[in-house]
Amino acid sequence: MDKKTFDVIVIGGGHAGIEAASAAARMGCSVALMTMDRNALGRMSCNPAIGGTAKGHLVREIDALGGIMGQIADRTGIQFRMLNKSKGPAVWSPRCQSDRSLYSKEAVKIIASTENLSILEASVSNILFENSTVLGIKTASNEDIFSKAVILSSGTFMNAIMHTGLSATSGGRFGERSSTGITESLEKLGFISARLKTGTPPRLQKSSIDLDLLEEQPGDKDPQPFSHFTDVSKFPSLPQVSCHITSTDSEVHKILEKGFELSPMFTGLIKGAGPRYCPSIEDKIVRFSDRDKHQLFIEPEGLESTEVYVNGFSTSLPAEIQLEALKKIKGLEEVKMVRAGYAVEYDFFPPHQVDSTLETKLVKGLYFAGQVNGTSGYEEAAAQGLIAGINAALKIQNRPEFVLRRSDAYIGVLIDDLVTKSTDEPYRMFTSRAEHRLLLRQDNADRRLMKLGRKFGLVDKSFADETANREIKIKSGIDLLKKLKLHAREANEFLQSAGSSTIESTETIANLCRRPELKLADLLRLNGYDKDEFLSSLLNDEKALKQVEIDLKYEGYLKRQQEMIEKLERYEDTIIPLTLNYSNLKALSAEGREKLERFKPRSIAQASRISGVTPSDISILLVYLKS
Amino acid sequence: MNLKTKEETIVALATPPGIGAISVIRLSGPESFKIIDTVFSGKEKISSAEGYTIKYGNILDNEKVLDNVLISIFKSPNSYTGEDAIEISTHGSPFVVQRTIELLMKLGARGAEPGEFTKRAFLNDKIDLTQAEAVVDIINSRTSISLKGARNQLDGLLSARVSEIRDRLVNVSALLELELDFSEEDIKFVKKDELNNKILQILNEIEELLSTYRFGKLTRNGVNVAIVGEPNVGKSSILNYFLKESRAIVSSIPGTTRDIIREDISIDGFLFRLFDTAGIRVSDDELEKEGILRSREALKNADLVLFVMDAESGFSLEIDSEIKKLNPNVSVLKVFNKIDIQDEKLNQIDFYISAKNGNGMIDLINGLKSVGLGENIYTEKDILVSSLRHVNCLKNAKENLQKAINTLKSKLSAEFVASDIRAAENALLELIGEIAPDDILNDIFSKFCIGK
Repeated sequence: MDKKTFDVIVIGGGHAGIEAASAAARMGCSVALMTMDRNALGRMSCNPAIGGTAKGHLVREIDALGGIMGQIADRTGIQFRMLNKSKGPAVWSPRCQSDRSLYSKEAVKIIASTENLSILEASVSNILFENSTVLGIKTASNEDIFSKAVILSSGTFMNAIMHTGLSATSGGRFGERSSTGITESLEKLGFISARLKTGTPPRLQKSSIDLDLLEEQPGDKDPQPFSHFTDVSKFPSLPQVSCHITSTDSEVHKILEKGFELSPMFTGLIKGAGPRYCPSIEDKIVRFSDRDKHQLFIEPEGLESTEVYVNGFSTSLPAEIQLEALKKIKGLEEVKMVRAGYAVEYDFFPPHQVDSTLETKLVKGLYFAGQVNGTSGYEEAAAQGLIAGINAALKIQNRPEFVLRRSDAYIGVLIDDLVTKSTDEPYRMFTSRAEHRLLLRQDNADRRLMKLGRKFGLVDKSFADETANREIKIKSGIDLLKKLKLHAREANEFLQSAGSSTIESTETIANLCRRPELKLADLLRLNGYDKDEFLSSLLNDEKALKQVEIDLKYEGYLKRQQEMIEKLERYEDTIIPLTLNYSNLKALSAEGREKLERFKPRSIAQASRISGVTPSDISILLVYLKS
Repeated sequence: MNLKTKEETIVALATPPGIGAISVIRLSGPESFKIIDTVFSGKEKISSAEGYTIKYGNILDNEKVLDNVLISIFKSPNSYTGEDAIEISTHGSPFVVQRTIELLMKLGARGAEPGEFTKRAFLNDKIDLTQAEAVVDIINSRTSISLKGARNQLDGLLSARVSEIRDRLVNVSALLELELDFSEEDIKFVKKDELNNKILQILNEIEELLSTYRFGKLTRNGVNVAIVGEPNVGKSSILNYFLKESRAIVSSIPGTTRDIIREDISIDGFLFRLFDTAGIRVSDDELEKEGILRSREALKNADLVLFVMDAESGFSLEIDSEIKKLNPNVSVLKVFNKIDIQDEKLNQIDFYISAKNGNGMIDLINGLKSVGLGENIYTEKDILVSSLRHVNCLKNAKENLQKAINTLKSKLSAEFVASDIRAAENALLELIGEIAPDDILNDIFSKFCIGK
């Protein structure tokens, strides 16, 4: 047999795996993407949707860095909505319903057409090492494939068990085998693994549901794409459809309760922790017993699909109980269940074992991304895949590593949380996790990150240039509007009509723009400022204008966050060597030392975020690093 | 490792607070020279002067001379902190010191945290810490005394109370975040009114804590009592009675008490600092002028004023207006002296006494105590805010909560309110010492003299 060699091997072709493989290949590495089924690339295991609060931010950031998730979502979306539109710009989050089957097909198409990228259909049974350095992998059919880096992104497939009622079968996703051997081979090297649980609701036959009885939830009238690179004139490319809303009631709950003694969760069959923010329906009934109804969303599975997805009804109760309960729900009286809901229990590696580059601390060249790090969600996985792929390529090419800080991006918050806090439940992104939330908006992902995507060659020059030119325009727009003044006689009539208080003599446009009730575009049209060459070009550039307006309107708040970032910066810059032997620092508190040894933080700032590390431990570290 | 990132310029009084011959104010940081040049008028600009030189000139307050001062110039890296720094020697007047620091802060300097000069010196390699173990020992002894920064019983109680308030703020944050991160869920979100009430309640509790500061400060620094009145009404006699020994010259010549006399007495264990003033009326006498200046100083800084009068002097409108002008909010006790030789009494007098034979003096002492220490009776179990650092944290939290209430009223959405609440929470965390990583380091350097 020929000896196969690649720069990078990616294990698993889910949302993390395809981003990792795509990024590394486009950065010039030869990549092998290992999958058990080449048609399963980018498969949506759970709900057929991309984005949502904070997750939408992740997609926009992945896109600005040159990842592929946003483009696949745009091409296969059948309903687009901007969530939180009634709130401030920082918490707007794009979300879409996807055609499940088209999404995966699009992912296969993109991956298959990527240069330097080979899709290899095989199950991986072992990761090969020598002297704490990765060598490659061994397949289930005993073939060795060698590489300089291995990215493990096997999702929920490692030693996975699916539960419905008391029946448990081996498998990572309906109809798909689990993978065995990897956990054991890593444990031998000193890695620690643990179990997590997640669940999915039943799939129902669309034609058996009376959707007319249910409340309709259509998409936005002016749908916005995720991707900065999507041609808006051809968007959306697919017909748009609605979701429908129904709910459970106490009768439904009573039926479900009958099945509790056959629940793998309540009988202790499932040991892994599930996500608190996405509980199963049986969990909701137990934990919120005062509520006699729970909302359910009937989501389309795709344009051609005969199935629908019941968001909010994730369950691992026996199939017959599921069906009996479903039939008591409004609109579902005649429902046919195509596939029962199930829970899946799987191995993960608590993420304190990886560094901020997602390289493991124990084995050089081995990276973890996605659910193996304890996260949940396609977007969280894709973000990690992208970062792991970029870093694997950078390391092979002897280029400096790539780490996003908490102040740079949600992706930075995500990875920093993983490496400093680890996790004991599936980790999901929320906007409240980002302390610099007001600055990390979905609308400025390109301003924050596109130049980095360009640096790695993942973003076309023309787009990067466009963003850079727009930035100049935004900056000069802000400067100018802080000087330009409106006179009372020019402004007052308009101010009155807009329900805003009038001005005495003159006021700068910047100051007027701060008033929540006023729009910048309207202000620029007063006194004919729109006739000015620069300002009229600003008025015609919707993206730039929006940024100028946000930067002016919320200046005070944005400045405060900026100052906070600057204050913390030097702790981020104070690097702790990975090789630091904490047992030499006798003065550390016992818990502090134990945590520092376990987490091996890369900076003082990271150390200070580890729970159990006290301020005095930090002082001791500072003094030690200084001397 | 380079820790010299963007540093702010900091200012603090370097000599012990109070009235001394001179006071030294220290200013350190990249903007030091620029800031001082804005308020200093001398033969040359400080920014163009050489290091290790001293310049004479005036500190200007709104174009008026506040004080004439000497400024010592230190250029980076040849200063205590390693940064550009100056030391301003002013005359020893708390007013001048306070005003000068205020002026410098208006121009961008920030009040130094305890030990911050020493910390900067350490971080800029000015203090040799090769004996890192020694420092570690200090940190250790500090932590073994008290977990989580409870330096004593009082601070421990305060810390527990603030933690409690902080937990409630976290609860408010949670309510706000719910609406932001889970807007799609079928949950009842909190109403603006309810949020407003919750924040107001927390605000009140912080204000309550702040209101203990006066008492906390008094227990530490003592109550400053200025004895004012027309010449010859017996101010020194009163002081002498208090001291039970004759220290001030008692005579019938007006204005004898040229210099200010301060005596410390203890009433029930509390320190009272009595300032016998020379009178605050206008005089042409050069010597008296000096005394008057100092008297006004004492009046300005007083926590309590004894306004002494007798039948002859009557109620002096001039002095009354002077008190109101210099210290508008101070508590004033009106004392009518010499009841032993006069029958005539004035209306609205708080105490009738005779400093000569002691009549009414017990009442006056009780009055000093109750007004000086406040109505509230604090026991050891009560929470008292006694350090300026704590006050600043609480004030910062208070300001951000007030901001949150305004934001709530405006049309801005919940994430902006959340941002204000988070800032308030950070201020409280800073007080407890849980988040800012350099907190304990600051504390160590403020309590221990390291590297000198």
